[in-house]
Amino acid sequence: MILRLAFGSLLARAVTVAMTILAIALSVALFLGVEKVRTGAKASFADTISGTDLIVGARSGSVQLLLYSVFRIGNATNNLTWESYQDIAARPEVDWIVPISLGDSHRQFRVMGTTTAFFERYKYRTGQSLAVERGVIMEDLFDAVIGADVAATLGYDVGDPIVVAHGLASFIEHDDQPFRVSGILQKTGTPVDRTVVVSLEAIEAIHVDWRSGARIPGQSTPAETIRQMTLEPQAVTAALVGVKSRLQVFNLQRAINEYPQEPLLAILPGVALQELWQIVGIAETALIAVSGMVIVTALIGMMATIFSSLSERRREMAIFRAMGARPRVILSLLVLEAAMMAAIGALIGLALLYVSLLFAQPLVDAAFGLWLPIEAPTLRELWVLIGVVAAGAIVSLVPAIRAYRMSLADGMMVRI
Amino acid sequence: MPEQTSILDLKDVGYRWPGRASFGLTIPQFTLAPAETVLLLGESGSGKSTLLSLICGTITADAGRVRVAGTDIAALSAGKRDRFRAEHIGLIFQQFNLLPFARVIDNILLPLRFAPQRRARVPAPQEDAQNLCADLGLPTKLINAKAGTLSVGQQQRVAAARALIGAPPLIVADEPTSSLDAATQATFLHLLFTQARAHGTTLLMVSHDARLAEHFDRVVQMSDITQPHLAAA
Repeated sequence: MILRLAFGSLLARAVTVAMTILAIALSVALFLGVEKVRTGAKASFADTISGTDLIVGARSGSVQLLLYSVFRIGNATNNLTWESYQDIAARPEVDWIVPISLGDSHRQFRVMGTTTAFFERYKYRTGQSLAVERGVIMEDLFDAVIGADVAATLGYDVGDPIVVAHGLASFIEHDDQPFRVSGILQKTGTPVDRTVVVSLEAIEAIHVDWRSGARIPGQSTPAETIRQMTLEPQAVTAALVGVKSRLQVFNLQRAINEYPQEPLLAILPGVALQELWQIVGIAETALIAVSGMVIVTALIGMMATIFSSLSERRREMAIFRAMGARPRVILSLLVLEAAMMAAIGALIGLALLYVSLLFAQPLVDAAFGLWLPIEAPTLRELWVLIGVVAAGAIVSLVPAIRAYRMSLADGMMVRI
Repeated sequence: MPEQTSILDLKDVGYRWPGRASFGLTIPQFTLAPAETVLLLGESGSGKSTLLSLICGTITADAGRVRVAGTDIAALSAGKRDRFRAEHIGLIFQQFNLLPFARVIDNILLPLRFAPQRRARVPAPQEDAQNLCADLGLPTKLINAKAGTLSVGQQQRVAAARALIGAPPLIVADEPTSSLDAATQATFLHLLFTQARAHGTTLLMVSHDARLAEHFDRVVQMSDITQPHLAAA
């Protein structure tokens, strides 16, 4: 009955109460939304590369190797010689190996030389493969496959010619050997979107007339001649490796790290991604803090609403007192009321989150390659909701204690 | 001994509002017998509200003794006094008696929520409330209406039903008719008296209106039972 009366009292002040609840609902939806984006981003990040057991490159830091080989950020300090590459490829543990050769660029995008095996082996978002949106995977020596962002930014379509520049942000272009866009990849939300993929041989081909990073003056080998040449690279930047059995990963990693002919480094992508996330993840903490503040603001707003309702409700409290309610009952009524508002707000916020997720999920995926899963609330989210209700009740203690004192002084007589 | 059988027994009661040195109240003797109806007449400012608060136990006397139904309420803790009030006293105020957002039935049953013994005397609360409403001339369909939608006269009758439910030994009414017009006043008093007599309830009504005197067993002037000058001394 008390619960019903408290509810009735809330209904009687529907407009102010609705506004308060709306504020709580929006703040809860925001907080949970940020939480979703955060976990989604973390998951997307962790799923940037999957299915690869080891990444091998010249010896440097594991985060650095991950950055340049997967995220195409920064440069390799050294290369992996073709001999070492073949040694690793020949090891019994190795199931497959995909070379990666970086160093050239097209406009602001990196050019990556690799084999067609890359398209089979590179997996993202728990095992999803790269797919071609338009066109085909490169067939000719001078074919290039471009990521979705490259196509969108530069407005390229299948069949367009592109010229690769030597190095990064360079004015020297390999304009003697133009490429042709053979295929455009679907958006993945990974660095592949911002990559121009060509064959490993093509990287060699455009460097045929080059020595020590500069063009040999006067020399220009015609494309027909290049096609006849054996284009075996001297070195690659890194290699993605898959093992036959996951149990052999650590064996292979140790063997590569102790490779006597050349200082090499093999990393587990998952471990390195986590290391990197610890650096990137500071932003998420800030985001959480801000949305937490929004909840606090909404709860303080509720406290203010309860405070301002006290004077108009002195009569109500006096009636309760006259009927034999202890001042303690008045206190618990107000706390109960606040908890109800917070609970309703939290539930509406949760509903709001799912409705907006339903609408935003495909849009966010298309725009940012960020996959926000729609699933039952996690335990952590439920704790957030419970926390909001509890915090609402605690915050309401301030006006409730005031009401307690007021009703103690007023008794059942109110002089207004 | 009169206090054994009396419903209300005040003896040498002194009270002074905290922080107001000049205003106080002293009542040497005031007694109500069971089933008695008494009109307490007094101008505003004569200490009527203070006396009612003393009887209901929302304030406690600085001196003397306040007995309600044989219990010295000053001896009870604050919480027990609240419970005691719910158990033994039905209250009707001048106006704004009801929770406007709650249904009539919820308003009537509200005191039972805080008084387990009184509730135990009402085996079928819904029916009892309905009967009381019918006896007080309230249309039965109103019982589920929001109290705020009723006319003032109807609200006062709901307040009377609330005071009567569970048959408390004492009903205290603070100018219950002052917000009603003359015709409604007469009807209301008639109905209230009928019910109080039917339940054998003592009725103490406070008013400044001497014209009500004819309805009561006894009329007491506030000035006859109090000694305000002594309190000031």
